[in-house]
Amino acid sequence: MALTSEKVTIPVEKLKWMYETMVKSRYFEDTMVEAYNEGKQPVFNIGAGPVPGEMHLSTGQEPAAVGICAHLQKEDTVTSPHRPHHHAIAKGVDLKRMTAEMFGKVTGLGKGKGGHMHLFDPDVKFSCGGIIAAGIPHAVGAALAAKKKGKDWVAVTFVGEGAANAGGFHESLNLAAVWKLPLIVVVEDNAYGISVSKRDSTAVESNDKRAAAYGIAGAYVANNDPLEMYRVSEEAVKRARSGAGPTIIEIETHRHLGHFQGDPELYRDMEEVPGLRKLDPIMKLRELMIVEGIATEEEIESLETTAKKEVDEAYAFARESEYPKPEEALEDVFSK
Amino acid sequence: MEAVKKRMLTGNKAMAEAIDLEMERDPNVFVLGEDVGKYGGIFGSTQGLFEKFGGDRVMDTPISETAFIGAAIGAAAEGLRPITELMFVDFFGVCMDQIYNHMAKIQYMSGGNVKLPMVLMTAVGGGYNDAAQHSQTLYATFAHLPGMKVVAPSTPHDLKGMMISAIRDDNPVVFMFHKTLQGLGWMDQLDASVSHVPEEAYTVPLDKANVVREGRDVTIVGLQMTMHYALEAAEKLAREGIEAEVIDLRSLAPIDKETILESVRKTHRLIVADEDYLSYGVTAEISAIVAEEALYDLEAPVKRIAIPDVPIPYSRPLEQFVLPNADKIYREAIKLVNEE
Repeated sequence: MALTSEKVTIPVEKLKWMYETMVKSRYFEDTMVEAYNEGKQPVFNIGAGPVPGEMHLSTGQEPAAVGICAHLQKEDTVTSPHRPHHHAIAKGVDLKRMTAEMFGKVTGLGKGKGGHMHLFDPDVKFSCGGIIAAGIPHAVGAALAAKKKGKDWVAVTFVGEGAANAGGFHESLNLAAVWKLPLIVVVEDNAYGISVSKRDSTAVESNDKRAAAYGIAGAYVANNDPLEMYRVSEEAVKRARSGAGPTIIEIETHRHLGHFQGDPELYRDMEEVPGLRKLDPIMKLRELMIVEGIATEEEIESLETTAKKEVDEAYAFARESEYPKPEEALEDVFSK
Repeated sequence: MEAVKKRMLTGNKAMAEAIDLEMERDPNVFVLGEDVGKYGGIFGSTQGLFEKFGGDRVMDTPISETAFIGAAIGAAAEGLRPITELMFVDFFGVCMDQIYNHMAKIQYMSGGNVKLPMVLMTAVGGGYNDAAQHSQTLYATFAHLPGMKVVAPSTPHDLKGMMISAIRDDNPVVFMFHKTLQGLGWMDQLDASVSHVPEEAYTVPLDKANVVREGRDVTIVGLQMTMHYALEAAEKLAREGIEAEVIDLRSLAPIDKETILESVRKTHRLIVADEDYLSYGVTAEISAIVAEEALYDLEAPVKRIAIPDVPIPYSRPLEQFVLPNADKIYREAIKLVNEE
């Protein structure tokens, strides 16, 4: 399904930013696949190579991140789960320090203590974590703080569709609704919680329908469509900033890779991923921008070059940086 | 005599075989948890069971630990024998109320009138750079709370025998298995993750430590990875003429005091190595037991090797710095034995 042209009421600069950011995010993940595989050949060992540990990549899920982050400012909060790179990039997290963190370097966002699931960039109010649904109440707290401070800041929390079945989802949504907080929950439905399909785990067809249970707004975005995500998010952010309370947005999105790198993916059909790749939202947006005369081939290539250069520089920075000294493991437990 | 080829299994296959045998034996046994079905458990603990027994007895759950661990409690109270999996022990935070206010206390609060014959199995341990929320063992956190048996087998042989015991036990058993000792193809390949496992069903007690190496000079108590590190250190110490006795703790609650005390009365020196946090942990408990009951048998102060009180860091040099290893045990043992 192509992206429809009638939806292109988005300012050209925003559209270009969304495209460039999706390209940056995708290229970041593609580069990470290679970096992660270093030292893990011919025998895969999760603890080997320059980027060890679990690695959850967001390839295919870029529309969710850019569609809403296009409406956010630096002061707005974003919390994210174990699959955080596309959100971090769209929120403007320092790419060099984020990459360095994944390489376990002292120049990383957490001086090498956190790793890819635990990125914290307070400068742009971004955080993520490895426990399902745990970021939702943190966003509730950020939204509460905005309200207490009298600011029109909003808090956006990204979760997978599996997180909607965790207790924290329900508790947080009810609280945010009762307190009418500027919270937006973006549920990325990539169809699987690791191996368990949404069909087998979730009683409702889409999680935006749960909004009714909290008396708040809900919206659904089909087909991994970044333009529709932009449109729906615009309303949700407006609603939040104006004090009209929370929104749940569910977006149908696609996980092109395994739950983690090294996932044998025996729970899904071999044909599924090639099929998903044909629906690539980046390819579709590129085509649309050219067909609609929004950008020329040359302009698009220039956006792509800029995005990739930034990623290459971030990886170079990460690789060239030093490891922390072993005894630095004992620092930062408490603030001084 | 004809040589008998030993039947070797990885840790995960030994566990899955135990569950398989008990499911065949007892229709009340069933499994529920995240990715225990088609995936076979993220750490392979239920490999092949879904194919054999189907989704009614090997149940994939939503990411709803409070609900499915609580449901296991409810089903156990009805006389079923559920085995439920908490994927990573680190995830206990979202469901600890069910575990310790209910699973651990209902038998007691009911004056023994309600039994909960269930197993809560969970993956523990670090060493592969999975960072602070996926690398803990939390042995002591669980062992601290009365009302649950807590075991941590270190070999495929014991994983099978203790799992069978756990399933047949009428009490809730927290069954902690170490990821690195599962023998999974995508993790470090350790010799320790493969051992001889008899084909038939057999039990290993849930309350007995195991002297895995006899020695006269120093006792080293460990469990799971630290037990294997202790054995490695003992080999090196033997080359220096120091004979270490290595005890595989196996069971955290109840703890087998006698085996530890007997060993310390023989060697007069004790090192406890633990992949959990130092303070208020396994090393503290065992030190206290020895201080209370065998203080005057000691010729030197007890040495503790555990994770200094920091969360597990991600970066390799940082993680390796905080984790115990064979070399740290070896160095402490040398110092301890040479201390006057």
